[in-house]
Amino acid sequence: MVQATTEKSSYRTAFDAMQSADEHALPAWVLRLRETAMERFEHIGFPTTDVEDWKYTNTGAIAKGAFAPVAAGAGEELSAGDVGAFLAPEASSRLVFVNGIYRAEFSATENLPAGVVVADFAEAFAGEHESVLRSYLARPSDPETDGFNALNAAFLREGALVYLPKGAQATRPIQLLFLSAPAAQAAAVFPRVLVVAERESAATIIESYASAAGESRSFTNAVVEVFVGENARVMHYKVQRESEAAFHIATTNAKLERSGVYDLTTITLGAQLSRHGIGVRLAHEGAECWVDGLYLVGTGQHADTHSLIDHSSPRCASHQLYKGILDGKSRAVFNGKVFVHRDAQQTDAQQSNKNLLLSNEARVDTKPQLEIYADDVKCAHGATVGQLEEEELFYLVSRGLHTDLARNLLTYGFAEELVEKIRIESIKQQLDEAILNRLHARLEV
Amino acid sequence: MSSIELLTNKEYKYGFVTDIESDMIPRGLSEDTIRLISEKKNEPEFMLEFRLKAYRNWLKMEEPQHWPNISYPKVDYQDIIYYSAPKQKPTLASMDEVDPELIKTFEKLGIPLTEQKQLANVAVDAVFDSVSVATTYKEKLKKHGVIFCSFSEAVHEYPELIKKYLGTVVPTNDNYFAALNSAVFTDGSFVFIPKGVRCPMELSTYFRINNSESGQFERTLIIAEENSHVSYLEGCTAPKFDKNQLHAAVVELVALDDAEIKYSTVQNWYAGDEEGKGGIYNFVTKRGACRGRNSKISWTQVETGSAITWKYPSCILQGDNSIGEFYSVALTNHAQQADTGTKMIHIGKNTRSNIVSKGISAGKSNNSYRGLVKVLAGAEGARNYTQCDSLLIGDKCGANTFPYIEVSNNTAKVEHEATTSRISEEQLFYLRQRGISQEDAVSLIINGFCKDVFRELPMEFAVEAQRLLGMKLEGSVG
Repeated sequence: MVQATTEKSSYRTAFDAMQSADEHALPAWVLRLRETAMERFEHIGFPTTDVEDWKYTNTGAIAKGAFAPVAAGAGEELSAGDVGAFLAPEASSRLVFVNGIYRAEFSATENLPAGVVVADFAEAFAGEHESVLRSYLARPSDPETDGFNALNAAFLREGALVYLPKGAQATRPIQLLFLSAPAAQAAAVFPRVLVVAERESAATIIESYASAAGESRSFTNAVVEVFVGENARVMHYKVQRESEAAFHIATTNAKLERSGVYDLTTITLGAQLSRHGIGVRLAHEGAECWVDGLYLVGTGQHADTHSLIDHSSPRCASHQLYKGILDGKSRAVFNGKVFVHRDAQQTDAQQSNKNLLLSNEARVDTKPQLEIYADDVKCAHGATVGQLEEEELFYLVSRGLHTDLARNLLTYGFAEELVEKIRIESIKQQLDEAILNRLHARLEV
Repeated sequence: MSSIELLTNKEYKYGFVTDIESDMIPRGLSEDTIRLISEKKNEPEFMLEFRLKAYRNWLKMEEPQHWPNISYPKVDYQDIIYYSAPKQKPTLASMDEVDPELIKTFEKLGIPLTEQKQLANVAVDAVFDSVSVATTYKEKLKKHGVIFCSFSEAVHEYPELIKKYLGTVVPTNDNYFAALNSAVFTDGSFVFIPKGVRCPMELSTYFRINNSESGQFERTLIIAEENSHVSYLEGCTAPKFDKNQLHAAVVELVALDDAEIKYSTVQNWYAGDEEGKGGIYNFVTKRGACRGRNSKISWTQVETGSAITWKYPSCILQGDNSIGEFYSVALTNHAQQADTGTKMIHIGKNTRSNIVSKGISAGKSNNSYRGLVKVLAGAEGARNYTQCDSLLIGDKCGANTFPYIEVSNNTAKVEHEATTSRISEEQLFYLRQRGISQEDAVSLIINGFCKDVFRELPMEFAVEAQRLLGMKLEGSVG
C-alpha cells in the first residue's frame, strides 16, 4: 500500500516549500490541516488494486508519474481568447484556474445577486468569509479517506468558495473552470471547491475541467464539497474533457439537510484515466437527489465512477442513472452503492447503470450494490451491458439507412436520455459534438 | 395491521440426538490426523497425496473473514474431531445389516432406508457424521450403468475415475474451506452417468451431523458423460447443540457434451437459537464445469438453516452453447447470517446463464446476495440475465446485494435487476379482506415471492420447501 519513498518525497519537498511560503500568509488552521493530511497521505499512500474500492482501477501510473505540484507560473501565455473557448456563455459569473492557480483576469464575479459570494480561496481566507471556510473545511480528517483525498487536503491552497446566504437565488449559472496548460514538468494540481447553500437558497454550478493545449499530460486531483441547506436547491454539472494523456481523480461529496434538493450531472469525455468518487448523504427528512452521468470513452481511456448514496434519514429519495458508451480499447468501471440505514424508513432509491460496447476490445466492470437495513423501503437497481439491438438496426437499414449511419443514430439515441436532461444549452451542444465526433471518427475508419 | 413483526420461530424438529456408539479419532488437525483418516479409510496412496497437498496449501491460506458480510468468532481448527463414524463397518451387503438405531434415525427424518419402505423413484445415500451408512437402489441403477455410491467406495472401486476428475473443478488451493475439505473429507457421494444414459430416478444424499464435537467435511463428485442426464437432491439436518459446528463441503460437477446436471439443495442445518447461540457454520464450495458443447448445469437451492451460510454455487461455462442456471431462496431469521450467491464464468461462445435469487430477511438477521457474472473476451454472444429480489420482514434485519459484472466482449448481453421491499400492505389487505388470516396471507405472499425458484425444484422437494418456509416463519407475523 505504501509507495516507494522517492515518489513520496517529491510531494513532501513541494509540500514543505509551500508550507514555509504560506507560513504568514494563511491562517494557522490551514497549515495544521495540511500537515495532518500530508502525514495521513505519507502513511497510506496511493490506493492499490488490493483495496476493494480500487479493484478495477490501477493508479500505479500516477504514483510513478513524476508529477510536480505547481507553485506558480505556467500557462501564462494563455490569452483571454484561448480561455474563452472553454467558457459557458450562460454563466454570468465565473472563476478560472490555470494549472490550479486562480487567474483574476479571466474571471468575473461582478454580476452576482446581493449576498452571494463567489471567491477564490486567497480572497476568501483574507476576507470576511474566512469563518465559512474554517467551519466547513477544518474538520477532523475522515479516517475513511483515501490517499488522493489526503493529498488534496495536504495541498489545500487554491480553490473556489461559493456561498449562498439564506434565501439567495443565483438565477444564472456560476462556472468554475479548471484548465491545465503545458508546464515544464507534468503538473499535479489540487483544485478544491466548497459550495455552501444556506436554507431556501438556489444555484446552478458548472464545474469544468479541460486541457488548454492538445495532449498535455497532467494530474488533477480535485475535491468538491457541497452543503445543501434546508429547502435549498443546487444544480451541479461536472464536465470533464481533459486531454487523453491526463489523469483525473475527483471526489464530489454532498450533504443534504431537510427537504434539500441536489441534482448532479457528470459528463466524462477526457483523460486517459479518470475516477470520480461521489458521496451524497441524505442527512435529514425529505431530501432528494439526482446523481446522473454519461461517460464516453475510446481507445486508451479508462473511466471509473464510484458512488455512495447514503440514506440516513426517513422519507428521502434518490435517483441515479449512469450511461456509458465504450469504443475502441477502452475500459469503464461503475460501482454504485445505496446504503439505507436502520431509521431511514420510506426510502425511495432507484439506480440504473447501462453500458453500450461499440468495440470488441472494450471492457466494463459494473457493480451496483444495495445495503438495506430498514424494511419499509422501495429500492431497486439495474445494470446492463450490451450492444446495439440487431432488430433496431435492421429496421433502420430496411428504411434505406447505411448500416454505419444506423449504428450512429442508435448510439446517439442511447445517450439522448441524458443529453436531454441538461438544461444548459452550451453543455448540451458540447456533448452533442463530442458524441457526433466520436461517431464520425468511426465512420471514417 | 400496519406492523408485521416477527415473534417466535417454531421449534426445530430435527434437533434430536441419536444415541449410538461412535468410532472417533482425537480432536485436532495435523499431517498425522490426515494420515490416520486415510489409513482408517484404507485409501490408495494417491488419495493421501491429494490430502497432504491440500493440507499444506491450507496452512498457507487465510480464512476469508473480511470480504463476506458475516461475522463470527474465530474457529479453533484444533478443537474439532475430524473423523467420527458409527461403530460398525459401513460396507454392508444389505440393509438388514445396518444398525437399527440408524435406520430409525433416518426414518424419523423422513428418509426410510429399508427396502419395503424406500421412497419410490428416489435413490438415497445416507451420510451420518463422517461416513455413508447406506445407499438404496444401487442394484437397479447399476443395470443402467449408473454408478451411485459413497465416496469411500468409489475410491476403491473406481480409482481411475476419481483420479481423473477429483479436484479438477475445485482445485485443492481454491479457497480456505475447500483446501480444508480436501485435506480431511471423510465421505460423500459419487455419481457417474455414462454416455447416453438418462438416470432413471432422482438421486439423493441426506446428510446428518450427530456428534456434537465433530465437523462434517463431505465431498460430492458428479460426472455426466456425453448426452446424459441426472437430477440430484441434497438434504441435511443436525441436532441442536449450543456449540457451533463446522460444515465445510465441496461439490464438483462435470458435464460433458450435451449432458445435463440438475442439482437441488434444501438446506436445513440447525440455525442456532433465537439469540444466535449454537448452529452450523455452513461454509461450502460448490462448482460445476460445463466442459462439453451444449451442456447444462442447474443449481437450485433453498437455504433456510445454518447459523452462517457462505456458499456460491458456480458454473464455469467452457463448452460452446453451454448453459448455467442458479435459482435460490435464502431465508434468514433471528440471528442468522447468509452471504450467498453464484458465479457464472462465460468462456465458450453463445454461453447463457440465468440467475434468480430471492432473499427473505426476518428477525435481526442479515442476508446478502453476492454474485459474479464474468464474460471473457472469447465468449462471443454470451448472455446473462440476473434477477435478485429481497424481502424484509421487520426493521431489525438487513438485506444486501453485491453483484459484480465484468464484461470483456461486446457481443455479450448482461442484465442485472434487483429490488428490495417489504410485504406490500395492499396485498396483505386484499387477502385479509377475503377472510384469510394474517399468517396465511403472509405465507401466501412469501410463497408467491419464491415461486420462480420453487418451480425449479423436483416435486417432492417443492412441497417440502414450501412447508419448511411456512414453518420457519410460522407464528412470526402479527
